[in-house]
Amino acid sequence: MPAKHLNATRRDIIKTLAAVGVGTALGPGLVSRAFSADIVVGVIYVGPKDDYGYNQAQAQAAAQIKKMPGVKVVEEEKVPETVDVQKTMASMIEQDGAVLLFPTSFGYFDPHMIKMAEKYPKVRFAHCGGLWKEGLPKNAGSYFGYIDECQYLNGIAAGHTTKSKKLGFVAAKPIPQVLRNINAFTLGAKSVKPDITTTVIFTGDWAMPVKEAESANSLIDQGIDVMTMHVDSPKVVVETCERRGIYVCGYHANQSALAPRAYLTGAEWNWITPYTEHVKAVMEGRPMNNFLRGGLKEGYVKPSPYGKAVSEGARKNADAVKAKMVKGDFVIFKGPLKDNTGKTVIASGTQQMQTDVVLEQMNYLVEGVVGKV
Amino acid sequence: MTLPVGSGVASAFPSDRLRRAAESFVIPVAALVVAMLLFGVFMALIGKNPLEVYALIYKGGFASGFAWQNTLQRAAPLILTALCVALPAQAGLIIIGGEGALVLGGLTAAVVGHAAAGASPLMAQVAMVLGAMLVGGAWIGFAGGLRHFRGVNETISSLLLTYIAIALFNHFVEGPLRDPASLNKPSTQPIGDALMVGHLPGMDVHWGFVYGLLFCAVCYVLVRYTVFGFALRIVGGNVRAARLAGLRVGWLVLLSCFLGGAAAGLAGMVEVAAVHGSANASLIAGYGYAGILVSFIARHNPIAVIPVAILVGGIGASNGLLQRRLDLPDATVLVLQGIAFMVILAAETLYGRFRVFQPRELHR
Repeated sequence: MPAKHLNATRRDIIKTLAAVGVGTALGPGLVSRAFSADIVVGVIYVGPKDDYGYNQAQAQAAAQIKKMPGVKVVEEEKVPETVDVQKTMASMIEQDGAVLLFPTSFGYFDPHMIKMAEKYPKVRFAHCGGLWKEGLPKNAGSYFGYIDECQYLNGIAAGHTTKSKKLGFVAAKPIPQVLRNINAFTLGAKSVKPDITTTVIFTGDWAMPVKEAESANSLIDQGIDVMTMHVDSPKVVVETCERRGIYVCGYHANQSALAPRAYLTGAEWNWITPYTEHVKAVMEGRPMNNFLRGGLKEGYVKPSPYGKAVSEGARKNADAVKAKMVKGDFVIFKGPLKDNTGKTVIASGTQQMQTDVVLEQMNYLVEGVVGKV
Repeated sequence: MTLPVGSGVASAFPSDRLRRAAESFVIPVAALVVAMLLFGVFMALIGKNPLEVYALIYKGGFASGFAWQNTLQRAAPLILTALCVALPAQAGLIIIGGEGALVLGGLTAAVVGHAAAGASPLMAQVAMVLGAMLVGGAWIGFAGGLRHFRGVNETISSLLLTYIAIALFNHFVEGPLRDPASLNKPSTQPIGDALMVGHLPGMDVHWGFVYGLLFCAVCYVLVRYTVFGFALRIVGGNVRAARLAGLRVGWLVLLSCFLGGAAAGLAGMVEVAAVHGSANASLIAGYGYAGILVSFIARHNPIAVIPVAILVGGIGASNGLLQRRLDLPDATVLVLQGIAFMVILAAETLYGRFRVFQPRELHR
């Protein structure tokens, strides 16, 4: 019955594979699982997969590894950082036979993922953003990217585009990762015009669409003409900028479709790099790489393609800096650097390379940022 | 003469009591069946096989030991937050601010736990429980007080108080009480492994579930078999009649709110001491709101809260399978919960309409 075969759904194929499994060495214990013939990879999101932001960036990588032969991907979205995520991980392992998990929200790391990694030592857990260190389970690890490099490039594009020399930043919480982005963006802009300022508003949480819209509007009312952000879903801010006629630099994923006129460029994650590394390690039976970090050079982050409003000069300038970053000889945070209270935070002659752990503890806003930690 | 519907005033005849019990069992179950059918139609409309969906809900929530542990673990906080609605409801109040009591209870537990690091684990845990219950109780008690002394609608005030509670919580967790080592996820100082509430022997379900069961049992006895409970239900039935009878209405209102808030505060303590190990934003997970649904489906009966919480926990536990096997969005189970909530509320009007459930002697 060729017609029936043509119409076979994925489910039918899976069933067939599972049935074949009975006769093979897989044994009956595994057959009850849904996907016994492949490597099953579980991906867990804290928000919706199509948020134009943090979760979408992860989901794009998941969609790509789905296409790798021999890989099945199971996904669950909007999983809170409670016992729920522990149960989701266990359920992916017990009910779907997952051997590699990507719990992608920061809050999943401790205690939830650590606990599950101790409970299921044969399963690998690759977390986004956590700080894995010696002493934690060897079957757990973390990956993250130096996205401040792209925020610096955002800053260059913004610096060339702004007329009022006032930039805006809608941020979630004053934590090190966010402060590093605000500072990198501001330093990038100041490298173009040293008297530029960036006004920051902290909304208090990762997904607050109403507050984000209010913050964006209030920044625009203050005369700001280029904005960027660090919240889970930049959608609202990007759309507000498009509507109000100012320019915007994206974050997490590519939001140019939301603002064809206003979108300059954006700081995007390129998670396919660590995802591929982890999946290949499982397939080849290599031990897990517990600590993966990288920037533009390693392919962990990438800038969005330039929008129409970015001038030729801005492109040249940003591309030149990007080329240096890719070669690995550009340092964003170097002395002498003062914070916005006038205190020297990096002494003259000191360079803080991307791998420097001091950067992971950043607790200041650089000179030129209007706002308070 | 007929007895007030749902007054719980038991007839002297055992068979009549049975009829009433049957009524309060059959109607919600029938409503759930109708909700399932409606949900099935909805699933069929979006091109999914309803039977397959039901099978996955069963498999994910109830079909195996693993599924049951998943379900019970999820039900644990809901039992306690549902009591935050169910207890004040006895006195006729609709309190929906359990979330606020939960987060502040959790914060208190984290602070007390860290401060009591030197004490014996048992003493420290008792202190955490008491602290969390006191703060949670005071928070909802405040809403009760606003109602009694100032005539402020308790539904609105308890909801608005939740936003204040969360703002206070964030202020303390990210400010004065922040552990400097918690860089990218602001948290209070960890309470330490010694103070953590463990799991039931041989199961992946923490003791918080048992706290919930005990709290429900105590509340049931309190409401059904004590003078206090009787007085509470009279206030709920008719405040003026209660005043006329010389009952201390204000006291009863405050106390029922306090007990409800204490249950939600305890839920916060359990979340901190059995799951997170410190207080941080992950505590604000909406358990307080989910408890409203549970309590209404259970018709504010403290014992019925248990099976309903387990049902809601089980539906939540199956959420993952539905997403992973059928590519359904996560809102699917919310749709099911929403339909169930609507149908069960609509079914409220059916009480007393079926003669088969009515006490016989009244019709003679």
